[in-house]
Amino acid sequence: MHTVVLTKGVPDFREGQVSFDENGHLERGKTPTVMNPNDKFALEAALQTRVRHGGNVSLMSMGPPGYKEVLQEGMETVYADDLYLVSDREMAAADTWATAITLSAAIENMDEMPDIVFAGFKTADGETGHTGPQANWCLDMPLVTHVISLDIDEEERTLRAKRLVEGDIEEIETVEVSLPAFVVTDPEFVPSYRTAGERLTLKDLRAETQARAPDYEDYLTVWDHADINVDPDYIGLDGSPTIVSSVDPIPKAPAEREATMVDPSDTEGMTEVLEAMQSAVGGDATAAEGD
Amino acid sequence: MSEYEHYEAIVVGTGPGGAAAAATFANYGIETLVLERGVEGGSKNVSGGLIYAEESAPYTIDDLFPGFREEASERPITDYQIHNIAGDKVESYDLTKLHEHDTEWSDSVLRRKMDSWLEDRVHERARETGGGLLTGVHVNGLLREEGKIIGVTTDELDPITADVIVAADGVNSELARDAGLMDWDEPEEWFQGVKAVVDMPADVIAERFDIDEDEGVAHLFSGDLFQGVRGGGFLYTNRETLSLGTVFHLDSIVAEQAEPHELLDAMLTHPLLGQWLGDDYTELEYSAKLVPDSKKVALREPHFGRLLVVGDAAGQMQAQGPIIKGMNHAVTAGALAAEAYAEAKARSEPEKAGSHYAKKLRTEGVMQKLRPRGYEMMRGITEGETVSGVVDSVLKSSVGRFGIRAMSGQLERLYNTPSLTSMIPDTQTPYVTLPTVIGEELGTPVTGTSSVTPPSLEERIGDLTYDTDIGKPHIKLLDNSYEASGAAVSACPVSAVGFGGGCYREEVVRTNGSEERVVSLDTQPCVECGTCAVVADTDWEHPRGNKGVEFKWG
Ligand SMILES: Cc1cc2nc3c(=O)[nH]c(=O)nc-3n(C[C@H](O)[C@H](O)[C@H](O)COP(=O)(O)OP(=O)(O)OC[C@H]3O[C@@H](n4cnc5c(N)ncnc54)[C@H](O)[C@@H]3O)c2cc1C
Ligand SMILES: Cc1cc2nc3c(=O)[nH]c(=O)nc-3n(C[C@H](O)[C@H](O)[C@H](O)COP(=O)(O)OP(=O)(O)OC[C@H]3O[C@@H](n4cnc5c(N)ncnc54)[C@H](O)[C@@H]3O)c2cc1C
Ligand code: SF4
Repeated sequence: MHTVVLTKGVPDFREGQVSFDENGHLERGKTPTVMNPNDKFALEAALQTRVRHGGNVSLMSMGPPGYKEVLQEGMETVYADDLYLVSDREMAAADTWATAITLSAAIENMDEMPDIVFAGFKTADGETGHTGPQANWCLDMPLVTHVISLDIDEEERTLRAKRLVEGDIEEIETVEVSLPAFVVTDPEFVPSYRTAGERLTLKDLRAETQARAPDYEDYLTVWDHADINVDPDYIGLDGSPTIVSSVDPIPKAPAEREATMVDPSDTEGMTEVLEAMQSAVGGDATAAEGD
Repeated sequence: MSEYEHYEAIVVGTGPGGAAAAATFANYGIETLVLERGVEGGSKNVSGGLIYAEESAPYTIDDLFPGFREEASERPITDYQIHNIAGDKVESYDLTKLHEHDTEWSDSVLRRKMDSWLEDRVHERARETGGGLLTGVHVNGLLREEGKIIGVTTDELDPITADVIVAADGVNSELARDAGLMDWDEPEEWFQGVKAVVDMPADVIAERFDIDEDEGVAHLFSGDLFQGVRGGGFLYTNRETLSLGTVFHLDSIVAEQAEPHELLDAMLTHPLLGQWLGDDYTELEYSAKLVPDSKKVALREPHFGRLLVVGDAAGQMQAQGPIIKGMNHAVTAGALAAEAYAEAKARSEPEKAGSHYAKKLRTEGVMQKLRPRGYEMMRGITEGETVSGVVDSVLKSSVGRFGIRAMSGQLERLYNTPSLTSMIPDTQTPYVTLPTVIGEELGTPVTGTSSVTPPSLEERIGDLTYDTDIGKPHIKLLDNSYEASGAAVSACPVSAVGFGGGCYREEVVRTNGSEERVVSLDTQPCVECGTCAVVADTDWEHPRGNKGVEFKWG
C-alpha cells in the first residue's frame, strides 16, 4: 500500500510557545512552526496501514523551505518513509483552492499513484478544512471524511471506515469505498493494533523512522512548479480566487457573569450561596434543612 | 481449530525472571513473545536491591547478559554490616563473610535502570527469533481450550496461543492464581517491603561512607526501633543515590496495626543514620511491594500444563537472615524453565517441560535454598508458641542476658553462619528480641543525632507519577466491613488511620440508629504493592497496560 499524507506547518499555539503583539497579531518570527496537530491523526492512519499492509508512507507539504522541518517532525514523532516538499515563490499566498491544485498536481507527479491519500481535519490557523476535499476534486477519488477508524481489504481493494456523521461523536456510520481513496481523519481517530505481530512491526517501524529522522534530508524531495508541471497562473496568489478585504481582530470575549468570591469559612456568605443555589434549582432552603 | 495468533513461547513480565527466560529461549532459537504491563521495563518494580551472582548457581545475570555489571547495576557491595539497636544503643557486626558466602559478586541495583536495560536486550534477542517484547500489555488470564491451558488473554490484544508460557509476572502473579497454584490468603506467607530512594552525590557518598568509586556498603538494622514488628531495615549505596527500606512480615504488620511508612521513618530518623543521611535529606521516590517468603510458599511443582512459573510468581524469594535473595533466584529459575522446555522439546515430549523444570530446580540446588530442610525441620519446634515464648523470655531474663554477654565474642561468627541464618525461625526472637538484647547488653550509645525530616505520606504520594485509569479501578472491595478489610487501612503503605488522601479509609456509617465501621477504597494513589490482596477482601488485579503508578527509580 502506498499512502500519501498531506500536512501543513502552523504556528505552535501552545501556551509558552505562541507570541502575539499588543494588537493581538501573531508574531510569526517569535512563534515556532510545528506540524499541524490534526495531521498527526492522518499520519497515524497511514502508519496503521503501513503496519498492516506494508508499502510506504510519503509525507507531503506545500509551503516555504522551512516546512522541511515540519516534515522531519512528522518523520520523527510518527512515521514517514519519504518526504516531499512542494515549494516555490510562485506558490506563495495561495488560498485553499490554489493549495489544493498544487498538492493534487504534486501527487499525480509521484512515480506511483497512492492507494490512499490522507489529510487532516483542519489546520490550527487557517481552519477551513477545505484543502483536503478540494485536492480530491482534482484527484477524483472516493472521499471519506471524519474517519475515526479504518480497515482495508487488500484483495478486494476496498477501504471500510467508521466515520462521524456531521462530525458528531454520538452518530457513527460505517462506509466502504474502493481504492484508491481519499481519507480525511477526524481528531477522534485512534489507531488499533490488536495483535502482537502488529505491535512488534509498529515498534520496528517507530525505531526505523526515529533513526532516519536526523538525516531526513536524505529522504526529502523538493519540487517547484516546473517539476510538477503546473502553470504559475493557476497557483499561488495568482491562482487564488479568494479576496481578503480586511482582517478584523476578534475582541476578547467579555466575562459573561459577575462572580462573587466567598470564603468557605464565612457562614453568612455560604448561606447566601446555598440560598442562591437552591432558588436556581427551584428548591426551598428551609425545606431542605428540615430533612 | 481456533485461529489465534501463535508464538512458540510467551514470557509474561520482564523483571529478572522473565528476562532470563526470554534470553534463554532466544539462545535456543525459540520464537519468543515477551509481554510486560509497564510503560517500560522496571517502571512497576521495586527491590532493595542487591543482586547476587551465586557461585553455586547454574545461571547468573551476567552469564545471560554480558555487560550487565558495567551498564545496568550501581555498585559492587564490598562491606556488609548489621546493627543491633536498643534505643540509642547499638552493637554492630560485620557480616561481610555471610554476604560473601557463595557469592561471585553482588551489586546494588535500581530497578528502572536495570530492567529497562534488560528490556532492550531481551527485545533485540527475541526479535531475532521472530518474536519480541511488548510493553503496555497486561496479561489478565490464561486462555484455555477444553480445560487445557493453550495461551494467554490480555487487556490490549486478541488472545494469543503458545506451546509454552512462562509466568514471570512477579509477586501477586495473576497467572499463578488463575492456574490455581497460588492463593493470596495468608499474611504469614509474605513480607512487605517499603523503600525510599534518596538523592546523594557520588562525592558525598564517598565521604560519608568512606568508600571509593567501585566500592559499596550495605547496612542492616534490627532491634527495638520498629515497634516490635518482625523484620528489619536496610541501607545500600548506589552510584548517586541511596536505597533505604524496610522488610517486615506482613502478618506482624497486621497484628501490630503498624503503619509501614512510620516504620520506615523510624529508621530514617534514628540517630545512627544521622552520620550517613546528614542534614540534606532529599527523597526521590517512595515505593512498596510484597515479597514472598520462599520458606513457606515456594512452589514445589511450579508448573501446570504448558504454564511454567518462575521467580516471585512461584514464591522463589529467599530471606536468608538479613540477606534477601529474590532477583538471583528469579534469573536462575527463568533460565532453567526455558532450558527445560527446550530439552523436553528436543526429546519430542514438550508436555514434560514443567516436571523437567521442577526437577532442575531440585537437582541444581535451588529448591534447597528456597525451602531449607533445616528450617522445615526446626520450624515445628521453634515456631511453636510455647517454645518461642520461652526462648523469648529466657533471652530477656538475666540468664539470657548473661548468655549474650558471655557469647559476645562468638555472636558475630554465628550471625555469619549461612546454615544458621537459613533456619532462623519466624518469630519475635531473631527479629526483635535478640537484636534488642544484644544492643542493650553489648551496645554503645550513638553519639550523633538525626536531622532527617522525612516527607509526609501525602507528599510522598504527590511526588509519584500515575497514569490513572479513570473509572476503571483495578481493585474492588468485595467486603467493606471493618472485620474483613479494615487491616488494609494501616497495612496499605499509602494509607494510614486518619489520613484522607490514601487508598483505604475507615468510615463510620450510621443506619437506623446503629453505627457500623466500614472501609472505603480509592485506588488512585495505589502503588500496586499487593498487600490488600492478602489482608483485605478484594477482587485484585493489576491495572491495564501502561496504567497506574510509574516508578522512576524502583
Ligand atoms: C480567506 C483566506 C485567505 C488566505 N489568504 C492567504 C494569503 O494571502 N497568504 C497566505 O500565505 N495564505 C493565505 N491563506 C492560507 C491558506 O489558504 C492556507 O494556508 C491553505 O490553503 C490551507 O488552508 P487551511 O489552513 O484552512 O487548511 P485546512 O483546509 O483546514 O487543512 C486541511 C488539511 O489539508 C492539508 N493541508 C492544508 N494545507 C496544506 C499544505 N500547505 N500542504 C499540505 N497539506 C495541506 C492538511 O492535511 C490539513 O490538515 C488564506 C486562507 C484563507 C481561508
Ligand atoms: C523492598 C524490597 C527489597 C528487596 N530486596 C532485594 C534484594 O536486596 N535482593 C534481591 O535479590 N531481591 C530483593 N527483593 C526481591 C526482588 O525484588 C524480587 O524477588 C524479584 O524482583 C523477583 O523477580 P521476578 O522477575 O520474579 O519479578 P518482578 O521483578 O516483580 O517482575 C515481574 C514483572 O512482570 C510484570 N507483570 C506483572 N504482572 C503482569 C501481567 N499480568 N502482565 C504483564 N506483565 C506483568 C511486572 O510489571 C514486572 O516487570 C526485594 C523486594 C522488595 C520489595
Ligand atoms: S491499595 Fe492495596 S495494592 Fe494498592 S498500595 Fe494499597 S495495599 Fe498496596
